[in-house]
Amino acid sequence: MFDLERWQEIFDTIRKNKLRTFLTGVSVASGIFMLVILLGFGQGMQNGIAYEFEEDASTSVWAWPGVTSKEFKGLNPGRRIQFRNENYENAGMLFGESIEYKSPRYFVRNVQVNYGKESLVYGIQGVSGNFQFIENAKMAEGRFINIQDEASTAKIAVIGRKIKQDVFQGKVDPIGELITISGIPFKIVGIYTETRDREEERIYIPITTAQKVFNGADRINNMSFTLPPVENFDEAVVQAISFKDNLRTYLQQAHTVAPDDNSAMEVWSALEEAKRYFSLIGNIKFFFWFVGICTIIAGVVGVSNIMLIVVKERTREIGIRKALGAKPWSIIGMILHEAIFVTAISGFAGLIFSMGLLEIVGPYVEVDYVMNPSVNFNVALATVFVLILAGTIAGFFPAWRAAHIHTIDALRDE
Amino acid sequence: MIEIKDLHKSYKMGSNSLHVLKGINFSVEEGELVAIMGSSGSGKSTLLNILGMLDEADEGEYMLDDIPIKNLNETKAANYRNKFLGFIFQSFNLINYKTALENVALPLYYQKMPRKQRQEKALKYLEQVGLKEWSHHLPSELSGGQKQRVAIARAMVAEPKVLLADELTGALDSKTSYEVMELIQNINDQGNTILVVTHEPDIAQMCKRIVHLKDGVIVKDEKVKQVRATAHV
Repeated sequence: MFDLERWQEIFDTIRKNKLRTFLTGVSVASGIFMLVILLGFGQGMQNGIAYEFEEDASTSVWAWPGVTSKEFKGLNPGRRIQFRNENYENAGMLFGESIEYKSPRYFVRNVQVNYGKESLVYGIQGVSGNFQFIENAKMAEGRFINIQDEASTAKIAVIGRKIKQDVFQGKVDPIGELITISGIPFKIVGIYTETRDREEERIYIPITTAQKVFNGADRINNMSFTLPPVENFDEAVVQAISFKDNLRTYLQQAHTVAPDDNSAMEVWSALEEAKRYFSLIGNIKFFFWFVGICTIIAGVVGVSNIMLIVVKERTREIGIRKALGAKPWSIIGMILHEAIFVTAISGFAGLIFSMGLLEIVGPYVEVDYVMNPSVNFNVALATVFVLILAGTIAGFFPAWRAAHIHTIDALRDE
Repeated sequence: MIEIKDLHKSYKMGSNSLHVLKGINFSVEEGELVAIMGSSGSGKSTLLNILGMLDEADEGEYMLDDIPIKNLNETKAANYRNKFLGFIFQSFNLINYKTALENVALPLYYQKMPRKQRQEKALKYLEQVGLKEWSHHLPSELSGGQKQRVAIARAMVAEPKVLLADELTGALDSKTSYEVMELIQNINDQGNTILVVTHEPDIAQMCKRIVHLKDGVIVKDEKVKQVRATAHV
């Protein structure tokens, strides 16, 4: 390795065959480049999907009503399902032990919202106090809705950070200000933040107030739950799926819906979805590794091929060296050394180039489900090992062949 | 120095077997200058290859400086070649991207001699063959005679027990041939043992002993009165 003469030999041959060495190098460099970019995107997808799921509590389960599509017990299809308080309360009672937080939700529609003379166009949702935890909303200022507000149908509102920014523009402290909804004044008691802007454009009011003041009666638009966290991911998924199924069965029975009618209501579990995505990512990552490794193999075969030609061309020289007393291992060492050197240099070039690209371009990638594609240190280390292995394999067969050329035959080679 | 007893060698060519050496017996003393003569196909190159441990005999004994040369693996053969033998070839066999000096120093590299020492020694031998000024030239920049001198210097540099020359003048014109032979005679005068394979009678006459080979057997082994190459120049 530190044999100066050996290095000189390698540089001599490389200098003699610049184009050939360059082309060989490019094939290895592009292999590594592809591998790193693919792995980077695999990581990017993982980041992106993890981010998508961050917006709600990871163990959340949601139920929305829909329209029936199947005739059941004499009821015609096409019936619109409406969840009611009773459903929510019963669900809470039936599955009480397995629920951490729960909240119904009522969308207040067709109302005029004003702050002073300004008209605001934001969605208004009636929710209960625990909705904060289900949505993963963080309180920036003030407080969220509490039980007291619900019991007293208080006319208070909690607004998102985006609304504060757009409407109050930092001039006025929104806490304690009044907004009017359909002419009824609501006092702002808190400002929440979320991971995404669009989820910060909501005004939350207590569910009881929403139903009472805005003609909701006992109707609710959807209900959401979170399950207590479990250490083990797989157990958590099992728990979430069983809760989801139980909830669906209850709601189907309560509304006389066929058990296999999927459009009558939607019950959705973030965990189950996450698991599906994570196993998808797992598959995609595996596929990326596979494609990447195949590309490297193509590069390795290229290097091997070139080295075989090199050996063929240098047959006579190898014969001379053997006649002068070169041992087989010194010939193998010479050829291997060159192969590893070429793959290592070009591989590192590919590695540095691709990692540089990911480092520079990565943070600006804004595509759904892909976020900040990057390669972590361990993966980079792994590719380096792949590289060295590749170089060794690429060089070994030609080297072996070179060492076992018959000396006389080699000397006769023209 | 060299002892050969009942040496046999045959080559397999498909289903046919070609018996090239059919029982060679001969010995070489230290300081001899021996020519091995014969027409092509007489087995002289095969004999030289066996002597040079580039090929192995099927049968028979070969002792080099009282060391039996038998059942050598590649590594051991390489070691012996490096220490005991110097090769000079018809086609010079210099490495074309190395300078004269580097070519000469190559056997010493395989002896793991330090670089500086190697180059000093190589330069000394290049000086002996009269090419000190050409030490940094590539073989392509040298004439045929100069290339063969470099090859001779390379064969000498490891101070081998025996020099083996295979048709060393085959690619040279007669004037250059005599110059090269003069060098060979000088080296022999210093006490080195040299074996020369040739089919040119005038070259053979410049040696001290001629072994005639025909169809794989020695037909004549005679001491001759050496013709000094200087007489021709």
